[in-house]
Amino acid sequence: MAAKTARKVVEAYVPDFDRLIHEKTRLAIVSALAVNPTLTFNELKAILKTTDGNVSVHTRKLEDANYLTCRKSFEGRVPRTEYSLTAAGRRALQRYLDHMEALINNVRTG
Amino acid sequence: MPNALRDHAVDNLRYIRETMERASAFTSIPGWGGFLIGITALATTAIAEPMTAWNPRGWLMTWLAEAVIAAVIGGVTMRRKGLRAETPFMSGAARRFFISYFAPLIAGAVMTLALIRGGTLEPLPSVWLLLYGAAFVSSGAFSIRVIPVMGFCFMIFGTAAAFVPLAVGNLLLGAAFGGLHIIFGLKIARNYGG
Repeated sequence: MAAKTARKVVEAYVPDFDRLIHEKTRLAIVSALAVNPTLTFNELKAILKTTDGNVSVHTRKLEDANYLTCRKSFEGRVPRTEYSLTAAGRRALQRYLDHMEALINNVRTG
Repeated sequence: MPNALRDHAVDNLRYIRETMERASAFTSIPGWGGFLIGITALATTAIAEPMTAWNPRGWLMTWLAEAVIAAVIGGVTMRRKGLRAETPFMSGAARRFFISYFAPLIAGAVMTLALIRGGTLEPLPSVWLLLYGAAFVSSGAFSIRVIPVMGFCFMIFGTAAAFVPLAVGNLLLGAAFGGLHIIFGLKIARNYGG
């Protein structure tokens, strides 16, 4: 409950706040892809320790925002889905990190 | 409220850092496999010790056989842990781990051949321990935090082995391949899921 309240306050405090990657699973997807050039669907699922459905839903939202690119191929007969972070996605994560740091510094000095 | 806001921001930054660490680390290091390798290494030390004085070639063959046994134990238990945790073996993190792990080991194999060819076996314990330790120090950058620590410990034993006769070098091999594998194997098994 406290985390949810804090989350709402963060959104209220920062005018151009990116709600899309503020969500925990999407933030984890973007963070994982920031340190790997590509990750497959199964790799993301293992890192996030979540379900197929959850990975599908959140990667789709990030794709729609042009934060991720998705490449589908076949390895033998097995389908393989590979994700990578776009320049826009990388900028969004950097902006998000800047916002978090600014919040910490403002509270410290304020 | 400002404090809650600050805590929330700190939590978010920590969450990002932990996710990045998890995404770039190879975690399928088999603790129980390390423990088993430690046990077989202690047995090898006992078998090989009398040979250091009268049969150095037998001593060498005994430790080479141990290396094969350890590689099989390590490979099988790593695969089992990886499958259990659904960790892909060809992920970027795994590739980076294996490249930096095998480079010093290949150097160790070449040095071993060169020393055998020159008929000098005394430096072998030091070469093996230093390069095995270097393999864990370098690959540890892409794995769990305890791995580079274990690597440094092997390198300390390797440094000591550089200045002693073969019989003492054999005991240092036992202390490191046996003792360190057992200690760190148990630690990894307890703290990192088997």
